[in-house]
Amino acid sequence: MSSNPSAAPAIQLIGIEKKFGAVHANKNINLTVAKGSIHGIIGENGAGKSTLMSILYGFYHADAGEIRVNGAPIRIPDSQAAINAGIGMVHQHFMLVENFSVLENVILGVEGGALLGKGVSEARSALKRLEADYGLEVDPDAIIEELPVGLQQRVEILKALYRGAEVLILDEPTGVLTPAEADHLFKILGVLRDQGKTILLITHKLREIMAITDTVSVMRRGEMVATRKTAETTVEELAELMVGRRVLLRVDKGPANPGDVVLSVRDLVVKDNRGVTMVDGVSFDVRAGEVVGIAGVAGNGQSELLEAITGIRKPTSGEILIHGQPVTGFDAARLRTLGLGHIPEDRHRMGLVLKFEESENSVLGYHRAPAYGKGMALDLNACREDAKRKIEKYDIRPPNCRLKTANFSGGNQQKIVVAREIENDPSLLVVGQPTRGVDIGAIEFIHRRLIAMRDAGKAVLLVSVELDEIRSLSDRILVMFAGHVVGEKSPETGEQTLGLMMAGIAA
Amino acid sequence: MSTASVPLPNWITYGLMPFLSLLTAFLISGGVVWFIGESPLDAVTLLLQGALGNGEGIGFTLYYATNFIFTGLSVAVAYHAGLFNIGSEGQAYLGGLGAALAALALDNYVPWYVTMPFAVLGSAAFGALWALIPAWLQAKRGSHIVITTIMFNFIGAALMVYLLVHVLIVPGKMAPETRVFLEGGQLPKLGWLIALFGGKIGAAPFNMSFLISLFMCFAVWLLIWRTKLGYEIRTLGANPTAAAYAGIPYVRTVMITMLISGGLAGMMALNPVLGASARLQVEFVGGAGFVGIAVSLMGRSHPLGIVLAAILFGILYQGGDALSFDMPKITRDMIVVIQGLVVLFAGALEYMYRPAIVRVWQRLGKA
Repeated sequence: MSSNPSAAPAIQLIGIEKKFGAVHANKNINLTVAKGSIHGIIGENGAGKSTLMSILYGFYHADAGEIRVNGAPIRIPDSQAAINAGIGMVHQHFMLVENFSVLENVILGVEGGALLGKGVSEARSALKRLEADYGLEVDPDAIIEELPVGLQQRVEILKALYRGAEVLILDEPTGVLTPAEADHLFKILGVLRDQGKTILLITHKLREIMAITDTVSVMRRGEMVATRKTAETTVEELAELMVGRRVLLRVDKGPANPGDVVLSVRDLVVKDNRGVTMVDGVSFDVRAGEVVGIAGVAGNGQSELLEAITGIRKPTSGEILIHGQPVTGFDAARLRTLGLGHIPEDRHRMGLVLKFEESENSVLGYHRAPAYGKGMALDLNACREDAKRKIEKYDIRPPNCRLKTANFSGGNQQKIVVAREIENDPSLLVVGQPTRGVDIGAIEFIHRRLIAMRDAGKAVLLVSVELDEIRSLSDRILVMFAGHVVGEKSPETGEQTLGLMMAGIAA
Repeated sequence: MSTASVPLPNWITYGLMPFLSLLTAFLISGGVVWFIGESPLDAVTLLLQGALGNGEGIGFTLYYATNFIFTGLSVAVAYHAGLFNIGSEGQAYLGGLGAALAALALDNYVPWYVTMPFAVLGSAAFGALWALIPAWLQAKRGSHIVITTIMFNFIGAALMVYLLVHVLIVPGKMAPETRVFLEGGQLPKLGWLIALFGGKIGAAPFNMSFLISLFMCFAVWLLIWRTKLGYEIRTLGANPTAAAYAGIPYVRTVMITMLISGGLAGMMALNPVLGASARLQVEFVGGAGFVGIAVSLMGRSHPLGIVLAAILFGILYQGGDALSFDMPKITRDMIVVIQGLVVLFAGALEYMYRPAIVRVWQRLGKA
């Protein structure tokens, strides 16, 4: 670690407070980040990490508290002020113009005048310098949308450095990266630190914290609960600090009792919207009474596989059978009548209509059923009664079926989806990222429900990028890499082995 | 934190905010009137007098409002599915052909109440037909419906001129219009309705179509909020990915929505063609299709809001006529400017006052 203990800390947060209505997102946060260090901030989804960083980057204003940069108190009313103070941010979702070149993206907003010529040539030489200093190689004339995700992220880092960032905030930077790309990113971060930059790494992955940070701070429910030297802590201690109690890495469940094959996938090939083959000849079965988990780094074809099985995306070739009946190319409505339930990967984009009332979402996909109105009519009272039943059974809060869905928390929104899909009693339940952005209480609840479905003799197909979730829920694990199923393992298989398979290194 | 997500009570969102927008539009219009040397107060008085001062004025106001209700509903139904139908103008024009053909075929043989359902169906069918090709191009080929419906406005206009000049024209006459319909092809005036409130309809062409338009408001409300199809339309408009997830067929829903939208636009023709002039004339739509966009925007795509917005635009049309008659300095173009300001503030800048209102509301809440 190259930090100089006598120098003022790069960032100091003192007594930061932030409330959103009734939600206390940040409670009296104190944080000191030493210059020239990599400081990890870890916490569950909803612990307040992103809010805190948004305050530091000027997206939100703290209700109270002070921010000091290099020892001097400053006000950060907007992101421009943050940039002026030498703070740069690499967002989880990249802020790049896809059809611009790397160079154009880097100078966007700092063109330096009405005419581009001078700014462009200055930026070109500046990029060369940054490349030499930090090993950040990118072709300045490449078009963003043609670059792989890892390089796009590098452009984001270049953008921040070009604007003179001394402190870099990275928000969940590895969520979209392959393990190899993530390793490369960590190497770059190491170089940046050695050159005196300060890095704030936001993540909920313990492995990353242990691999790269010097210091780690843990957030839980809006509070900063601990700060540790990474070298002096363990994964177990951090996990316990994050959750606030001993973590049950395993869900209590008995042995599976597999029955007949419910879902059969044969030589399935699926292309994405750009025409790239994302699923390349995948075959597997899911039996009644078992949970089959599909592990893999995001973007290796799991999403397209799910969409093909659930009737949202037409497969290019191959066959899908439910209870032995060919259903390839059926639309989602038809598949539901055949006993398919689908908890989608992204509830905002797919599983819910956020501006609808809760009761309207609790029938989405099943709205044509006679129970919700005869013939053409939609019986709102029937929908609301039905919604009230689900709200009570799944403890959805607030218990108000007339409330706009957008006003529910992430965990409760997910419960709305889970309740809808499970209560329609499917014989095959297809689940994608069931606990993404969901608080710990809801995670356990959802996990228990999924196991209860299995025990009731339903077939469950689970896709998740969280290896822990896959291992604790599944009876069999299929690993996907680059559109192929590269192997089947038992859930007892070590994380190491599965991780290597996910990286395409071992089969 | 941004103020966009702070919930406000309905009376503020649907009452106070449109009112403030409207007030702003009128204040700026008043400034313009003052600038050209007329008294804004006199102008407002004349405008309101002309639009609402007597039975005839009210009759004209509601006649115009009827047009805007139909086209406003047309735009609103498409909007609920996330489709921006700019083609109500052309669909209404073609609807006129359907209505006129029914009247021409039947007026000699049957009374108006027999002709009416055929005219309603004819106008709706022709309007829907004119929306069919853009709908199909959007649903199947992804051609943007804004572009195609605009182009179909021009194609429709050319087609109608051709038909009126070469086919439907009365032999030996110069005017490009059909013959005048007999009584069996005319919709009766609603003088009794005005009389109910103690007014006289005079020469105002206020007619049966108004009641049809109100009925369609109810029908659209029922469709959008009380049927499964309406639910699917709203889902598609609010979140197309969720619609695919729910198995709502994109092509079919887009086609049906646009047919309904085009049909509603087509029915607008009943008002001028069967209700007012009793013949089919060139350019009888006169921009009502485009006003429908503003009406739908201002009425928040809700039938009740559309009726109110349509009446407001009816007042501006009729009152504007009266105003330009009495104040020669205020020309017809000035009226268009005022209407434009109303659209700008009440439609396009509908949320302009929201942040300020939210701040005041929060302060009141804390106190």
